[in-house]
Amino acid sequence: MTILERCGAQAPTQESRPWPRAVVDADGWRFAASQLAEGLWELLALWAEAYVVHSAVRDPASGEIAVLSLPCAHGGYTALAQWHPPAMRLERTIRDLFGLEPIGLPDARPWLDHGRWGVKHPLGTAQSTAPEPPGYQFLPAEGEGLHQIGVGPVHAGIIEPGFFLFTANGETIVRLEERLGYVHKGIEGLMVDSDLDRAIQLAGRTSGDSTVAYAYAFAAAAEAALEIDVPPRAILLRALMAELERIANHLGDFGAICNDASFAVMHAQCGILRERVLRAANACFGHRLMRDRIVVGGVTADLNKDGRAVLRGLLGEITRRLPRLAELYDKTASLQDRTVGAGVLNPALASQYACGGYIGRASGRNFDARKVIRYAPYDQLVFEVPVLAQGDVNARVWIRIREIEQSVAIIRQILDRLPEGELRAAVSQTDTSREGAAAVEGFRGDIFVWMRISAVGAIERCHLRDPSWFQWPLLEAAIGGNIVADFPLCNKSFNCSYSGHDL
Amino acid sequence: MRNILLESFRGALTEAPPDADGAMLAELANSLNERARERLGRSLSIRQVDAGSCNGCELEIHALNNAFYDLERFGLRFVASPRHADVLLVTGPVTKNMREALERTWAATPDPKWVVAVGDCARDGGMFAGSYAVVGGVSAVIPVDLHIRGCPPTPTQLLQGLIALLQDKKPRNNCEAAL
Repeated sequence: MTILERCGAQAPTQESRPWPRAVVDADGWRFAASQLAEGLWELLALWAEAYVVHSAVRDPASGEIAVLSLPCAHGGYTALAQWHPPAMRLERTIRDLFGLEPIGLPDARPWLDHGRWGVKHPLGTAQSTAPEPPGYQFLPAEGEGLHQIGVGPVHAGIIEPGFFLFTANGETIVRLEERLGYVHKGIEGLMVDSDLDRAIQLAGRTSGDSTVAYAYAFAAAAEAALEIDVPPRAILLRALMAELERIANHLGDFGAICNDASFAVMHAQCGILRERVLRAANACFGHRLMRDRIVVGGVTADLNKDGRAVLRGLLGEITRRLPRLAELYDKTASLQDRTVGAGVLNPALASQYACGGYIGRASGRNFDARKVIRYAPYDQLVFEVPVLAQGDVNARVWIRIREIEQSVAIIRQILDRLPEGELRAAVSQTDTSREGAAAVEGFRGDIFVWMRISAVGAIERCHLRDPSWFQWPLLEAAIGGNIVADFPLCNKSFNCSYSGHDL
Repeated sequence: MRNILLESFRGALTEAPPDADGAMLAELANSLNERARERLGRSLSIRQVDAGSCNGCELEIHALNNAFYDLERFGLRFVASPRHADVLLVTGPVTKNMREALERTWAATPDPKWVVAVGDCARDGGMFAGSYAVVGGVSAVIPVDLHIRGCPPTPTQLLQGLIALLQDKKPRNNCEAAL
């Protein structure tokens, strides 16, 4: 039986591609919650529209994905988080943005809404309100000799804003509580009624370090909805850009993690390699971060002969230098002393949260959307997905090193087989509204996008789920028992997105 | 380790400094006076504030510290506290949730101080202008002395802007209140 059949779903009212979506009743919703709670299904995403909540679930045994929709005529629905904690912040967000009450939710506090927007439930029944004075009740931590350290939202480095409340016993962290939402820009609100050109630019500005992956995921969902066939050359160029983005981010973070353990020489060396990647991207595609290069239907930048030579040179340089940097990392005792055994993420939690990216794969979760969902062109490419079980900072570093090697191999295959041809297919008008979804593996993990496009080609609703949603809560868990001074190191090894999460 | 260190002495990677951008010099001439410059000298401490950015600008600001751009050779360095800073480098459309934090960071920065708004969003809110969650450009919240455009600006564009801060000697007459 399919997921939808097991949930007693009605026949779909509208075709949704590539994964089916159907309306379930409260019993079907409860059944899905029990499957999630027992770890039989994974929660991929949870979002809302006015008077309906949607959840995308995946059966890891069969690989099947389906979207369940629960109408909430009376403004409320049964909260999944009371059985499946990974839904907690998503349901708090649904309440903030749409005013739909997650009945039974164990946490009554707002999440993205800091009381400063001047409007309540901006994406639902928006009501103007006077800005409320800020107040937020952090969770209690009680015990003798505990003290608290509040950090943020403006941090000491060049990083994004968020607030961390540490409760410590001496140097040891007893509890970390995050408060996020500071960079909430209302992207999903801005998308409503936008045409696809503007909407994909917004998607590409959801998390700047993943601008390619977001545009890739948005384009894939729109193309699924509109049944557009992307030209083969564009399909491969997209993957090429996505792998360059992955390499650049992994290199930057590899150096930055070592820098947080005061090993500056690695930071300098990785910084040089990262800069070479960005310069190659600029030479090939005209933008260092390759922003706005992926559009619905294809790509806007082509790779010429000079670009191929630049890339071959870049890959040679990485292949020469990376093994030596990896060896230096592995043989430097002062560095290993910091990274081995620090910030351990329990594999059971990674699995429960369906935690993607290097964080999940360093804690034994063998999931990579490129391999599992096998979207084009990765179904044609040969690569491995490295997985480790230790779950510490060291494991996350090694996953990244191995993924750089795999990305280099992928780019070589793309350069070898890149066919001549068109860069972009025409985006045809449809006469009905269409729905599409996609999951694309960014450097940080799987980015999930769902959208409904109106008959005139405007966005009716688009949801973008950053991998960080299922990673941020795990940082709170992984940091427990570590010393405060190791927080930057552990945090950098996670490197969750603030902007992608806050949206 | 020894080999990697020795190798890094072979030939410099550092780029020649770019010329200060003419348009930026003109904007600065309007916002800074000679006295402020004398007090600040030619060495500036920069505090970066993300007031709502997508983190793209942060990536390129980070790149200023790599071996190619090496910001510190110009006497410019990033500091951890606004209390140590001469310059606030602000990115992002200012979100409503970050407005107060930005105002308080600005208030914590000792006078005289400069504010540099980085990126198209920091100029006028960029693509996020008009959102219920966004105030707008940085100048809607605190006075701005210089805008560096781009989405994100390249490290070279950032350098041009920051060098303009150090180089421009032209006096101006109406900045005392802002400083």
